Amino acid sequence: MIARVLIKPKDGILDPQGKAVERALPTLGVTSVSEVRVGRMVELHYEDRAELQSLCEKLLVNPLIEDYEIEDAGE
Amino acid sequence: MKFGVLRFPGSCDEVDALLACRRVADAEIIWHGDDDLGDVDAVVVPGGFSYGDYLRVGSIARFAPAMERVLEFAAAGGPVLGICNGFQVLCEAGLLPGALLPNEGLRFLCRQVGVEVVDAETAWSGASRTGDVLSIPVKHTTGRWFAPPDLLDEVESNGQVVFRYASGENPNGSLNDIAGVRNERGNVVGLMPHPEHAVDPLTGSTDGLRLFESAVRALAVT
Repeated sequence: MIARVLIKPKDGILDPQGKAVERALPTLGVTSVSEVRVGRMVELHYEDRAELQSLCEKLLVNPLIEDYEIEDAGE
Repeated sequence: MKFGVLRFPGSCDEVDALLACRRVADAEIIWHGDDDLGDVDAVVVPGGFSYGDYLRVGSIARFAPAMERVLEFAAAGGPVLGICNGFQVLCEAGLLPGALLPNEGLRFLCRQVGVEVVDAETAWSGASRTGDVLSIPVKHTTGRWFAPPDLLDEVESNGQVVFRYASGENPNGSLNDIAGVRNERGNVVGLMPHPEHAVDPLTGSTDGLRLFESAVRALAVT
C-alpha cells in the first residue's frame, strides 16, 4: 500500500515559512490567498497500518509542534 | 573526571566541545554507533547538523545506539549537556521539555548574546551565580524554543528554566526568552548558545567555561 503522510505546524504556532510565502504574494499580484502554512509530505510504501501509525508518532511527527494525517495513495 | 562528547555524522562542534572540556578535565569523543559510553562521568551532545538535520532537527540522531546509552546514563543521574543541535536532540529524545522551531526571522543567526543564569543549582550551572549574565555566541537557524501553554506553565512553575536571553537580546523569538532548560532532576541541561565557543580570551569571552567547570564541581561533590 502507498500512503502520504501530510504534516503541518499545529494551529497557533507561528510558521515563518508560511509568512515568507504570504509576503511574496502581493508582488505576484495575488490577492485572494491568505493563511499560508508550510508543512511536509512523506510518501511511503507500507504493509502494516499499525506500524505506520507508530512510525508517525515516533519519528515522522513531533506531536508537540505538528499535526498530521495519513492519506491513502493507492496499492 | 572524564567528559564524553558524542559525534554524529554531521556534527561540527564536537572538537570545540572536546577542547573546552579538556581545559577543565579529561575528555574523549564517542562515536554515535558505539553501544557503550566507556568510563565517562559526563556527556556532552554537541552542535552541528546530525544526520543532515533531515526530517526535523535532531529527530534521527535520537535513535543512534550511543543515544540509547545516554538515555540510561541520564536516567541514572549522570550529567548530560546538549548544545544547539545537541539541545534539539535531547528535546526530541524526551529528556528535555519543549521543541526548537525555525527562528522567527527565518534567518541563520551568528552573534554574541547575553545569557542570564536563572538557575545556578544544576549540574551545568553551579559554577555561576543566579543573575550572572554570560557572554556566549549563538549560531543557529532553528533555535526558537517552544512549548504548548500547559507545558510552558509547567516548565516555569517547576523552575526548569536554566538560562534566559538577557533583556532585549532574544535573537530568535523563543518563548519567555528561554535559552536553556533542564529536566526535573537537574542533571540534564540543554541550551542554544554555544559555551564551547567562549572559552578563550582570543575569541572575546571565557564565560562558556563555567558550564564545564560546573560539571566538574558537581561530580566532585557527589
